[in-house]
Amino acid sequence: MNGAQDLGGAHGFGPVAPEPDEPVFHAAWERRVFAMAMAMGYTGAWNLDGSRATRESLPPAEYLSSSYYEIWLKALEQQVAATGLATQAEIETGKSTEPAKPVARVLARDGLEARFRAGFPSSRAADAPARFAVGDSVLARNIHPTGHTRLPRYVRGRRGRIVRVDGVFVFPDTNAYRTGENPTWLYTVAFTAQELWGESGDPGGLVTVAAFEPYLDPA
Amino acid sequence: MSHDHAHHEHGHHDDHHHGSEISPVEARVRALESLLTEKGYVDPAALDALIELYETKVGPHAGARVVARAWVDPAYRARLLGDATPAIAELGIGGRGGEHMVVVENTPEIHNLVVCTLCSCYPWPVLGLPPIWYKAPPYRARAVIDPRGVLADFGVTLPETTRITVWDSTAETRYMVLPMRPAQTEGFSEEALAALVTRDSMIGTGLPKGIPTTPLEMPV
Repeated sequence: MNGAQDLGGAHGFGPVAPEPDEPVFHAAWERRVFAMAMAMGYTGAWNLDGSRATRESLPPAEYLSSSYYEIWLKALEQQVAATGLATQAEIETGKSTEPAKPVARVLARDGLEARFRAGFPSSRAADAPARFAVGDSVLARNIHPTGHTRLPRYVRGRRGRIVRVDGVFVFPDTNAYRTGENPTWLYTVAFTAQELWGESGDPGGLVTVAAFEPYLDPA
Repeated sequence: MSHDHAHHEHGHHDDHHHGSEISPVEARVRALESLLTEKGYVDPAALDALIELYETKVGPHAGARVVARAWVDPAYRARLLGDATPAIAELGIGGRGGEHMVVVENTPEIHNLVVCTLCSCYPWPVLGLPPIWYKAPPYRARAVIDPRGVLADFGVTLPETTRITVWDSTAETRYMVLPMRPAQTEGFSEEALAALVTRDSMIGTGLPKGIPTTPLEMPV
C-alpha cells in the first residue's frame, strides 16, 4: 500500500541522528513489546508479512508520530484482536474474560536460543523456471496495490537490470493475508541513481531492491 | 537534587517516573503481557530469554568476526561473497533475520550502503537489533536519494570517484557490508582485526577504525 512506511526518497525528515553507545532498548517496556511480538509471531496466529502489513496500515499521521516500538505495540494489539485471540475490552483491561483460543505452538524458554539461532527460512523449492536472468533489463511495474507489497514506490515505472537471481521465496503480498505462500522467484534489481532521481541522482550511483517476479516486466 | 525535584512538581518526562506511577504506554504494555500470559499464549520466562538473547548475546561482534576472517583468509572471503549464509554459519553464526544473507564488498571504486526503506530489515545474527536511526524516517527516506548526504551525517566523506551502491532490503535477503581492510594491519591477529570493525562499517555508514597512533592503544 502507498502508506507512510514507504519512505524512500521523501524529503523533510532532517538529518540522521546517530546516537553514541546506543542501548539495544531505550525503555523497559520496549523489551517486553519486542519479545511479545516475537513470541506471538511464533504461535502461528499470523506471520511476519502480516505484522508488516498491520504496522504499515496505521494512518500515516499516526505512523509517523509513533516511535518504532509504539508502532509494534499498536500492531500487536490489532493482530491479537483481529485474530480473535482476545477481545478489544480484554486488551484494554488486561483481564481475560473469554476462554483462550487454541494456538499452534507457544514459545518456551527451553530450546529458544537454539530455535532463534537456527532461524525461520522463507525460501522455498522452485516449481517453475526463473523468468529472468542476470543482465536482463526489466521494468518495475507501475502498480499501486492497496494491500501489502514490497515494491517501493520510488522504483515503480523505472528501468533496471537484474544483478542476482536470489531464489524462490514466500510471496509477501499474499502471505500477509494468509491467502497462500505462493512461492515466487526473487531478483536483485539495480537501478541507476539517475534513472530514479533524474539529474539529482548521484553520478555513477546504483540503488538495488529485491523484487519478486510479479513486480517486473521485461524491458 | 532539589532542582530535579522541582522539575517533577511541574510535569513528567516520558521515561522518568517515580514510585508506582507508570506512563500510559507502560500501563498498556503491562496489560497486554498480563492478558497474553493469562491466556497462555506467551510464557514470561521465554520473553525474558528472548530479551537476554538479543540484548546481551546477539550483536555486531559476530559480524566483526566474519569480516576479520574474510580479511585474513582469501578462500573464506570468496565463499562469503559467493554464498554468504553457509560461510557465516561456518563461524557458528546465523538465525532469525539472517536466514538469507548477502555480503557486499567495498573497494576503492564501490562503497556499499544498506537500508530498509519500507520497515527495518537488518541482519540480526551478524549485527544484532538495528539502532534507532536505522529504523527512523530520516535514514530510510534519504539513504536511497542522497547517500552522500547521509554519509556526511556520519562524518564520512568518500572520494568523488568512489561510486555508491545502496541496497534496499525489500525482501528476506539481508545485506552486510564487507569493509576494506585498513592499511598497515599486516600481521594483526583476527581478534585484533575484529576490534577495528565497527557496526556502522558493516552497514556502510561508517568505516573501520584506523590504526592506533600510540602503542598503548594497540589492540591486544
